[in-house]
Amino acid sequence: MDDGMVWLTIFVLSVFVGVEVISKVSSTLHTPLMSGANAIHGIILLGAVLVTGQTESTVALVVGLVAIVLAAVNLVGGFVVTDRMLQMFVRRKAPAAADEGAGR
Amino acid sequence: MSAVPTWAQLVYLLCAVGFILALKGLSGPRTARTGNLVGAAAAVVAVVLPFTYLDLDHVPLIVGAIVVGSLVGALGARRVQMTQMPQMVALFNGVGGGAAALVALLELDELLHLSDAADVESFVLAATAFTVLVGSVSFAGSVITFAKLQELMTSRPVVFAGLPLVFGAAILASLALGVLTVTNATLGIGVGLAVLGLIVGVLLVLPVGGADVPIVISLLNAFTGLTVAAGGYVLSNVVLLVAGTLVGASGTFLTLLMARAMGRSVPNILFGALRGGSTLGAGEASDRPVRSAGPEDVAILLGYADRVIIVPGYGLAVAQAQHTLRELVEVLQARGTRVDYAIHPVAGRMPGHMNVLLAEAQVPYEQLVEMDDINGEFKHTDVVLVVGANDVVNPAARTTPSAPIYGMPILDVDQAQQVVFLKRSMRPGFAGIENELLFDPRTTLLFGDAKESLTKLLAAAKGL
Repeated sequence: MDDGMVWLTIFVLSVFVGVEVISKVSSTLHTPLMSGANAIHGIILLGAVLVTGQTESTVALVVGLVAIVLAAVNLVGGFVVTDRMLQMFVRRKAPAAADEGAGR
Repeated sequence: MSAVPTWAQLVYLLCAVGFILALKGLSGPRTARTGNLVGAAAAVVAVVLPFTYLDLDHVPLIVGAIVVGSLVGALGARRVQMTQMPQMVALFNGVGGGAAALVALLELDELLHLSDAADVESFVLAATAFTVLVGSVSFAGSVITFAKLQELMTSRPVVFAGLPLVFGAAILASLALGVLTVTNATLGIGVGLAVLGLIVGVLLVLPVGGADVPIVISLLNAFTGLTVAAGGYVLSNVVLLVAGTLVGASGTFLTLLMARAMGRSVPNILFGALRGGSTLGAGEASDRPVRSAGPEDVAILLGYADRVIIVPGYGLAVAQAQHTLRELVEVLQARGTRVDYAIHPVAGRMPGHMNVLLAEAQVPYEQLVEMDDINGEFKHTDVVLVVGANDVVNPAARTTPSAPIYGMPILDVDQAQQVVFLKRSMRPGFAGIENELLFDPRTTLLFGDAKESLTKLLAAAKGL
């Protein structure tokens, strides 16, 4: 396989994995799940670091640093706010919620 | 991009697996919190990794920027009120999309400066154009959803005469610039794409009505996921590709699930207002007669009922009255009344939002009953107390095909013996539609701020 095909294969498989892993989510968890997924795409921070760390022009450096700040807000804020949401109803509710999920 | 050593590639792969496990964990109540932590750990490892195997320039500046962004994000996430959490998620999503667009612009600049620029694969250029465009759409769209939810602007659909035309033209122009990026790219074209993306994002979200905004957040979330995936392809980075694709795919699926829970279709949400017809309800207070009562009367009604169901809505959360409500319920239960909370899937501003808000007030989970399980019970219920909810109990969803909420599953509150609404005013709900139930002879209204009303109710109920 040439490179392009490898990337395409990873992409297609990831689509199926993405749908499959969340297919049984209960509506109670829609909001935290959305928020968690939202945090995960903050990983663009890695891309921002890679690009910014290899640039020579000053303008690009500034733009890159802006991208890093934005991406870090997304990544860190996303995980923290998701944890805050989950903290509230995982603690004593997990058994009840799990039973209910199994019941449908 | 310089070659990545094998060990680092393996670690990247592990991070990608970490994100898959994180999503998997997040979709089950027992594993959700662990899942989130796994995702965070994978993210930390992935971000630290390039510092170890690459000889990066500007490291102090980069680390500084990461620290600043992390502090802003963490503080924002810690400080935000749970009621405002949906707009916070929208904002986080928007900045992520914006970052992706900027990264793609920088990479485009990089590609153009390569000595063998002519050899750059057109696929790579197309992916770059996609990231710039859709990242900008996501950024601008999220800012508008934020403004709508924060009520910085009207939450009603905003439509102006030429909107479909302008929107269509912006889409066509973006496609044209996208093609130009592939054939003869310049940085100017890239910047043009970003600007068009911002315009498209604004125009996409403006016509969306308030009640549908959560679904749009989810959709834009999926968009950002896909831009990150495309960015991963451009940068040849497997973590970005896998993580972005996961979010894009699961986000799209989640959007469809949410839309189904609300009885709406995604095209209808995005373009319904453009076709007209969904602007029913003037959004003004009606002057038809209603029956209102004082807190003492309502307390008696509740205190002597055998079966009471509470329908909490966003108004409850805005007034920060969850704790008072829980106390009231405890007083009623002490009198032998059976009380449950009926939770509509989209109560609050997002699916599952109300569960979070009531959990914060330490309402026991067993008392929260989901719509499908409680709808059969309203027939046998003496009093339904609706606190700050409106659209989710509006029978127009069943009876009025022209209503924007038509088809949305609702709580069958109208089947109860008595209904009490705690309302601030006669203003219609978030969807902007009048609620016939308010004028029903079995309905009693208690006007006032939810917290004040509940405090008075609580005092009166204690005195019974």
